[in-house]
This record gives sequence, structure tokens and C-alpha cells, in this order.
Amino acid sequence: MTISNHSLADKAAEAAARATPERLVGRVRALSDRAIAWLFIAPTIVLLLAINIFPLFWAIYLSFTNYRANRPNAEVKHVGLGNYSRVLNDPDIWASMQTTAHFVFWTIVLQTVIGFTLAYLIDRKFRGHAFWTTLILIPMMLSPAVVGNFWRFLYEPQIGLFAYAISFLTGIPTSEIQMLGSVNLAPWAIIIVDTWMWTPYVMLICLAGLRSIPDYIYEAAEVDRASNWRQFWSITVPMALPFIMLAVLFRGIENFKMFDMVNLLTGGGPGSTTEVASITLKRDAFEAWATGRSSAFAIVLFVAVFGLANIYVKALNRVKQR
Amino acid sequence: MTDPTLTPQGNAAQDLAPSRRRPLLLRRAPMEAIAVTVIALGFLMLFQPFALVLYTYSLVTLLVGTFMFMIVSKFPE
Repeated sequence: MTISNHSLADKAAEAAARATPERLVGRVRALSDRAIAWLFIAPTIVLLLAINIFPLFWAIYLSFTNYRANRPNAEVKHVGLGNYSRVLNDPDIWASMQTTAHFVFWTIVLQTVIGFTLAYLIDRKFRGHAFWTTLILIPMMLSPAVVGNFWRFLYEPQIGLFAYAISFLTGIPTSEIQMLGSVNLAPWAIIIVDTWMWTPYVMLICLAGLRSIPDYIYEAAEVDRASNWRQFWSITVPMALPFIMLAVLFRGIENFKMFDMVNLLTGGGPGSTTEVASITLKRDAFEAWATGRSSAFAIVLFVAVFGLANIYVKALNRVKQR
Repeated sequence: MTDPTLTPQGNAAQDLAPSRRRPLLLRRAPMEAIAVTVIALGFLMLFQPFALVLYTYSLVTLLVGTFMFMIVSKFPE
């Protein structure tokens, strides 16, 4: 059966070779290995340029113009650094940056602490740890749209399970637990949802770090009669640190761009208490239709994230070298 | 005749030679540290809640730090 399959394939290859025009065969034979390699890579590079690089340069170009996407036929004028000047002197945009910083800081702190703790516990390899790992990983497999919608129901003051649980534990009436309607609680409502959803991701990366620590190091530490506390701070934390930093980098960059969850849960409200930078950007681009200005704002965010990535990569390399 | 670079003393001399010759501005480690400090400063300026003027100049600071990092990270060790 295998032999007949091979002979069939050989016949098909021979037929394809015969069907190829002589001129084309000659041209392909004249190509070097390097040229053929480039020929194979070219479609990917073209796609990458079209999807990633071109929009970036287009946004940079638009950030220096007064272009408005709702008036495509209007004359486009170059405004120099005017858009950047407006973005960097606007108190509302400045406020949205502070909201973003608050959100990013607390989500990273909570996700790292809880994620590492969970990873440390799962790494103990107790009975049923594989089942619990799978269960913990479920939130990060869900779509942010689904998570946003069902947490809205959970946060409902009258019918929500979250409000009921808080009321049961604290005695506060459910009608007073307005997680999404309160100026003080709304930012924390988003932080809780993001932490719930993305802590498993941090846990997974930390778990990879913990599993990569060889057992003989702990055995040597036990021979030296090092306490568990000492082993944790002198072996576990330093050796898992590159992985923790990687998780912090990934979550930091993702949370700076956070849009879907905030848009679904609060839409930036109440007032502008949860208006993170991406929500302000969307309002500027698709409600005020100030495409040029919003492009300038997007470039400011891009530069910030790019700078942050540089710092983390350097820190990561330093930790790896130790 | 023994090659001096093959001896331990020769290696040590070779390791020390570039840092002795190169001025501070062309050394990778200190310049990278300066670039990272500038980026961190720009980042803090962008997200701080204290002064609008710091926020205004944050982009310039970030750009200077980032371009500096991109350049100095190509310097030899």
C-alpha cells in the first residue's frame, strides 16, 4: 500500500515537472538558495509590513495633520507638532493617564502576588493539583467580551451574586453596593475583574519558573540545614525572578492598552473616573473625529510602552546573567 | 615564543584594555544605565499627578531615552 502511494506521488511529481514550462524551470534553476529563501519569506514580510508597519507609519504621518476620518474629502493640512502640543497640554488626557497608571499599578501588584502564590501552592504537587490547575486556568481562556458581560451581572446591586456575597459578609444592604455606579468603587471593580481574568496567566508563567529550579539545589540547602523561609528567599525567588519579570512585562504592556473590559463594564464612567487612556483615545478618534490628534495620542502611548519594554528587557537580561 | 594572549595574564590584559581605552561616553554599561534612567524618568513624568509641565515634557524625555538606549545598546561590551 505504501509502495503504491509512493509511486503515485512520484508520478504526480513527474507530471508536475513535465507540466512546468521550460523557461520557468530555467529561471528557478538560476536562482541561488538565498534567493529562493527570500522568495518563500517575502509573502510573510509583505503581510507584516501591510498589517503592522504601514499602519504605524501612517499613524505617525496623520499625527502631524488635521485629518478627520469623517471628512475624507476635506483638505488635509500639516499642523506640525500642534497635535502633540494639544495632547501634552490637555488636563483631561493627563487625568486619563493617571487613571491608567492607577489601574496598571494595582492590577500588576495583585496579579503578581496572587499569581506567584498560586503557582507556589500548585508546585507542591498535592493530590489533584492537575485538576485545580485546569480549574484556575479557565478565566484566561474566556473572551473579554463574555467576562465583561457576566461580571456586569455579578456586580448588579439587586440581582448580582457579588453584591449578595459582600452584603452577606459585611451586612451592608445590597442596594448600597454599587460597584459600577460608585465613583470610588468603579475603578476597583475593573481591577478585580482584570485580576480575576489574568492572574492564571501570571500563575502559569511563574509555575514554569518554579518548575525550572533543579531539585538538587533544595537538597543541598537542606543538607546545609537552611530553613524553608531561607530557601524561599535565597533560592525560589531569585531563580523564578526572570519569569516573574516576564509576566510583569507582558501584563504591563497589555494593561496599558486595556480597552475591551473597561468599555464593557463602565464605558469610562461614572463621570470619567474609569476613563483610561484607550477610552479617551477611542472617544477622540470616533466620537470627536479628531483623527490627527488621536493619532498623536496613540504615538505618545506607543513611545511610553516601547520605552517600558526596553527597561524590562534590560532588567531581564541582567537577572538572567546572575 | 608563547603568544601573550594565551596566558592568564594576557587574557586579563586583553579584558582590561578596551575599558581603559574607551571613554565613558562610548562604554555600553554606563550609557545603557543612563538611557534607562532617562526612560524611567520620562515614564514617571507621563503618569505623575503633580505637575502638568512635567507631563508636557514627558514625551521628549521618553524619546531621548529610547533613542539613546537604541544607540548605546549597539556599543561593544
